[in-house]
Amino acid sequence: MQHSYFDHNATSAVAPEVLQTLAGSMAEVYGNASSIHHFGQVAKQRLEAARREVAAMLGCEAREVVFTSGGTEADNLALFGVMRRIGGGHLVTSSMEHPAVLNACGQLEREGFEVTYVAPDESGVVSAAAVRRAVRTDTALISVMHANNETGVLQPLAGIAAVARECGAVFHTDAVQTAGRIPVNVRELGADLLSLSGHKFGAPKGIGALYVRKGVELRPLLYGGRHERERRAGTENVPGAVALGRAAGLGALWGGIATLRDRLEQGILARVPAAHVNGAGAERMPNTSNIRFDGIEGEAMVISLDLRGFAVSSGSACSSGAVEPSHVLLAMGLSPEDARSSVRFSLGPGNTAEQVDGLIEAVAGSVTHLRRISTSFVKGTVNV
Amino acid sequence: MSDLIAVAMSGGVDSSTVAALMKRDGYNIAGLTMQLWNQRRLPELAAEEGAAGRCCSLDDVYDARRVAEHVGIPYYVVNLERQFEESVVAPFVDEYLAGRTPIPCTLCNTFIKFDQFLELADSVGAKAIATGHYARVTQNAETGRWELRMARDFSKDQTYFLWGLTQDQLSRTLFPLGDMVKTEVRDLAIAFDLPVARKGESYEICFVPNGDYAAFIDGYLKEKGVERAAVQGSIVTEGGRELGRHTGAHQFTVGQRKGLGVSSPEPLYVIATDPKSQTVTVGANESLLRSTLVVRGINWLSWSGLPAPARAKVRIRNRHIPAPATLYPLEDGRVEVRFDEPQRAITPGQGAVFYSDDLVLAGGWIE
Repeated sequence: MQHSYFDHNATSAVAPEVLQTLAGSMAEVYGNASSIHHFGQVAKQRLEAARREVAAMLGCEAREVVFTSGGTEADNLALFGVMRRIGGGHLVTSSMEHPAVLNACGQLEREGFEVTYVAPDESGVVSAAAVRRAVRTDTALISVMHANNETGVLQPLAGIAAVARECGAVFHTDAVQTAGRIPVNVRELGADLLSLSGHKFGAPKGIGALYVRKGVELRPLLYGGRHERERRAGTENVPGAVALGRAAGLGALWGGIATLRDRLEQGILARVPAAHVNGAGAERMPNTSNIRFDGIEGEAMVISLDLRGFAVSSGSACSSGAVEPSHVLLAMGLSPEDARSSVRFSLGPGNTAEQVDGLIEAVAGSVTHLRRISTSFVKGTVNV
Repeated sequence: MSDLIAVAMSGGVDSSTVAALMKRDGYNIAGLTMQLWNQRRLPELAAEEGAAGRCCSLDDVYDARRVAEHVGIPYYVVNLERQFEESVVAPFVDEYLAGRTPIPCTLCNTFIKFDQFLELADSVGAKAIATGHYARVTQNAETGRWELRMARDFSKDQTYFLWGLTQDQLSRTLFPLGDMVKTEVRDLAIAFDLPVARKGESYEICFVPNGDYAAFIDGYLKEKGVERAAVQGSIVTEGGRELGRHTGAHQFTVGQRKGLGVSSPEPLYVIATDPKSQTVTVGANESLLRSTLVVRGINWLSWSGLPAPARAKVRIRNRHIPAPATLYPLEDGRVEVRFDEPQRAITPGQGAVFYSDDLVLAGGWIE
């Protein structure tokens, strides 16, 4: 069976250009970037060239880029790094963040810090006004994601950054879903800290970065050698960083995917009654569509579509297998039942119009079948 | 491609062999594992070796996934914990507290494996399900009725737990191991080089660690925040003489001999438990013998009902050899069973299954 991939927000394939660069650097550049000799120097050169490429993508200085093992570590370094260095105080975040932020906040609460979780509105947007209402005199950090991983809804970061500046708080954004896909400029966004992850835009798993604005001090998570300006100990993952730099250099070109995403969304809405786009009212990532199908179980649809050769997801990959409905959709005010009947389609560079048309057919067939056997739908609790 | 069939995979030898067999025979199959119970719940009850080896442990899911990879089929884990707790665990606890000894496996088969799982299989596009149960399904050529029959291997037969299946469920269920004996299955698993070919078997109730029902019920109620008033009661002889005290009649099961906490020159058995008065009656082995019982909540399988008294063999617990009896219809669909010979330890809450040779006629709950 041909399998088509529509789950790019979970992860995406390594880009062919990146793979070539990666293989080459793994084969040839094996020195330790901290070593004095020739081998170390070559590794260091590659590492710093990669850092400059990532910095160019973000519109910052190279020294402001800290390589990490991925998005989760970048988020953890930002949150724990700021709060533990201060040793007390208040943090504002949103209730629809990725678990890498939410669960780090949970740990900070256990350590005695206070956290306020701002809810998004029904279209999935966390407004600057709502953040302002949550701010206190002791607010040290505000962390709001750039685009949500489940709905693709983009957040009004410039306004939130302005709130942070007014109250003297550090502003962090989890840009894992946007960096490398659409233009992300740290100055324009007003971010002091920004997390990104390589495997979301053509680099391999195991490499990510945290942008740390000059002047922002962090307590490290790891203790060891004096790597990454003493912000991240551990022998540098040079091939990973080189791949990340190469992927960054390809340009953030996912904007054009909107055409295919719209084709998919409109095709599904035209074919399937009682289907609704979650976050439809908001500005969204060009590749993401989260659709609610009244009366169906999202998890069953994911399996059913996989057996027809289409990979999609219900909720995020990080929480799949869990019983709980999506915390993101619940935060937007959906009922648990509506949240469970939602499915995420996330496109990427490899998708074609032909695949999209096949997916529309499969979704229409699957929904019809699921509704035919669904008791809640038959009982008339859902009206088409 | 042929119609999709969903194989219920537990990670054990039996269901793994089903998957391998069906794949070999050219069926279009997908493997599904039902996550029914979180073994990390009630950690204070965990066995010393941890949750390994019990149903729904992470190890079992890991094993099932390995088998699916080995066999080369798509594989999914579906979470039915909420439904399992509602339909199986909570009723199990209620029944126990009401002084009966329930069999959760029958509830699970009736409400989860052959209901929720069939619906799930249907929802992902499967026309039928296959499981590793030892039982057979046939269709009566004359009446068109689906019939449940004992497995060829009597020592492995699981029809005692399957009497709740409806005609629709039977029509969409395959039991590929029904014609095999256990050693054949084990040999096949080895021949298929399945990663679980030499895995041991579990006989206990999957969500109750070490078979300690009382500890499970106490832990479960504590987790639920249900404060049960401290109960105690008497352990008495059939003549009413108090032999000792206990801290809850639910800790005793009819026929139980060990752990009574009373000393006596003769071996004593639990004859009856009464949750209302918290009285546990004990007596000699012969006192456990009864000739009649009444069955409620009957599901008719091969027969459509009981218009007049009829002869059958009746099984009152899993390893019990079906005993000759006459069935008498009572009002409101219940049936009185009169055995030819008295039977030992007829236990309220357990199932009673009626057979004609290997054919399952019906089953229900002992009052």
